[in-house]
Amino acid sequence: MDFRLTEDQRALRKGVRELLARLFGREALRAAVDSGGLDRELWRELGAAGFFALRLPEEEGGVGLGLPEAVLLFEEAGRVLLPGPLVATHVAAGAVPGAAEGAVVVTSASEGLVPWLDEADVVLGEAEGAVPVRSVDPLTPLHKVPGTGGCAHPSPEGGPPRRAERLPTTVSTEAVSALLAAAEQVGSAGRTTDMAVAYAREREQFGQVIGGFQAVKHLCAGMLVRAELARAAVRAAAVTADPVEIAGAKLLADEAATANARDCLQVHGGMGFTWEADVHLHLKRAWVRAELWLPAARAEEVVAARL
Amino acid sequence: MDLAYSAEEEEFRARLRAWLAVVLPALPPRPDPLDWPARRAYDCGWQRRLHDAGYADVHWDASPTQRLIFLEETELAGAPYVGANFVGLLHAGPTIAAEGTAAQRERWLPPVLRGDEVWCQGFSEPGAGSDLASLRTKAVRDGDAYVVSGQKIWTSHAEVADWCELLVRTDPTAPRHRGISWLAMPMDAPGVTVRPLRTLAGSTEFAEVFLDEVRVPVANRVGDENDGWRVTMVTLSFERGTAFVGEVVACRRLLGELARTARENGTWDDPVLRRRLGRLSAEFQALWRLTQANISEAQATGGVPGAGGSVFKLHYSHARQELYEAAATVLGPDALDLGRDWTLDRLSSLSYTIAAGTSQIQRNIVAERILGLPKGR
Ligand SMILES: Cc1cc2nc3c(=O)[nH]c(=O)nc-3n(C[C@H](O)[C@H](O)[C@H](O)COP(=O)(O)OP(=O)(O)OC[C@H]3O[C@@H](n4cnc5c(N)ncnc54)[C@H](O)[C@@H]3O)c2cc1C
Repeated sequence: MDFRLTEDQRALRKGVRELLARLFGREALRAAVDSGGLDRELWRELGAAGFFALRLPEEEGGVGLGLPEAVLLFEEAGRVLLPGPLVATHVAAGAVPGAAEGAVVVTSASEGLVPWLDEADVVLGEAEGAVPVRSVDPLTPLHKVPGTGGCAHPSPEGGPPRRAERLPTTVSTEAVSALLAAAEQVGSAGRTTDMAVAYAREREQFGQVIGGFQAVKHLCAGMLVRAELARAAVRAAAVTADPVEIAGAKLLADEAATANARDCLQVHGGMGFTWEADVHLHLKRAWVRAELWLPAARAEEVVAARL
Repeated sequence: MDLAYSAEEEEFRARLRAWLAVVLPALPPRPDPLDWPARRAYDCGWQRRLHDAGYADVHWDASPTQRLIFLEETELAGAPYVGANFVGLLHAGPTIAAEGTAAQRERWLPPVLRGDEVWCQGFSEPGAGSDLASLRTKAVRDGDAYVVSGQKIWTSHAEVADWCELLVRTDPTAPRHRGISWLAMPMDAPGVTVRPLRTLAGSTEFAEVFLDEVRVPVANRVGDENDGWRVTMVTLSFERGTAFVGEVVACRRLLGELARTARENGTWDDPVLRRRLGRLSAEFQALWRLTQANISEAQATGGVPGAGGSVFKLHYSHARQELYEAAATVLGPDALDLGRDWTLDRLSSLSYTIAAGTSQIQRNIVAERILGLPKGR
């Protein structure tokens, strides 16, 4: 047993971080918030970099890596708040032509919600009669499927339309989607911790940096604990691919992302409450991810059922 | 990221599992949890069995992974926990192994492994708890001995201990952290008086220890004179970093028992309770994974566990208390019955956010040592 990143995994993470800094830095994030749409060019570049084809076998034009590497990728995506139906397109790669290359945008219905419906080329799952919602997250347009009460279970036939049997993993599509969303949550939780700590080291009140105040320190320490615990859970779930472990990881990652964003906002004081600070973008995206693929109530039941 | 165990490790696991299956049913009944002398005898008897079967060295000499397997298997099988041997096996012993001389290791480690000698920890004082470096118990050099006077408090297992890992002030003029030394003190030395304190659980698991001109040989000092604070940090990192690992497995087992009870008594039908148990299960699973990550890191760097131990302890101590609160909901009126292990363990779980450094102190450590926030008062 050696539950640390391998050399290759470290290199992958570094590469992805650099790639995303280039493709989707802070300015791109704020521009995306203003424009709202999905950037097809960005999508193709992600495709070219292997973002969607990461787990496809090499003989099918993929990168041939596994869930542990995918989780690292999505952690990085979560850190920078990369927009779009990343999880659905990644999971559809190999089953939906064009998804792997980033030429086609795939979204999927989950829990009665469909993100990015208008921008997607292919929709997986039950999206009949979906009506638009004024989404809380400026970077995730949402539709709601009527009659699902917001917690519909994906229909049994709602899998990928074609070549579903060739999905590169034996774990169900929903479990993989939950895991990747959880990885994004971990990335976001880590990022908001860093943001809070950076601000606490620079903002001064009462003649000292606020990070010297214990009340602030303890908020930050709590954020780190949540992020680390969730990270261990998500990475282990990626290694075992056990659906119950994945459900538990999603639970803790949702908690880490939402609670850390809230605490980060608190550390930022009035500044945290502005549109201009990025904190609210993390919080809102975390809320959205928490409602998709195994929201808390269902994840808790999944874990409890094995007790 | 590899969670698989090697063939040798799996073989070790299989051998241990087979051995446990034979010895556990033949163990004598557990003693009254409030009877510390009986508990000492029982816990040392268990350690002796481990020793004779070749498993005693698992805490120090085996690889960290083997130790993890040991803790996992013994807890899953419901074997006795270290109990009275906690300090000796889990932090005084590892400290001596890491910092002691060859002669010191030879003198103190084998008896701990054989279950012959029990240790206690004399760190806290009435005026020095969280602020440990303000300790005042003094040690004055007199020939080849230190003459020690002062008072320790909250000393777990002092009533039944043979040795004490004792912090003393050897230089009253030096800055607080610089004048401290780490001594091994025999508990039967003249001048040592132990006065048991009653815990909220009614037990005498800790005590006050009065030290009146106790002579401790200079040869019993681990580390250099006045360098005891550094040695203490080693002890504390074992105490926080690795000492609770086995308990996480135990908590997972307890949660399974709780779910069984809940299914039997109908409380499982309450979705709020069911979901609460589900969440706790996810937390203990994650804590186990975090442990595997921490152990992998320690194994790779070949050293003492780092501040990651505080990250673990912070969440673990609160999750453990939550577990017993959930248990109280499942058990209903039975949760008021002191005759049940659950009730006593619920009471003892209250100490987890205090002992081995309070949660507030752990948060300071995480904020300052990991996140690099400024030290403050
Ligand atoms: C069951 C049990 C077993 C123990 N066993 C041993 C043992 O074997 N050997 C031994 O040496 N000690 C032992 N202890 C002592 C333990 O380490 C101390 O109780 C602990 O470190 C806290 O010190 P204190 O009790 O003096 O509380 P205090 O330090 O007085 O703390 C009181 C409160 O103030 C808070 N506080 C203090 N300083 C700060 C700060 N800087 N910032 C924020 N909050 C602060 C604390 O978090 C706590 O809430 C044991 C304690 C318990 C409960």
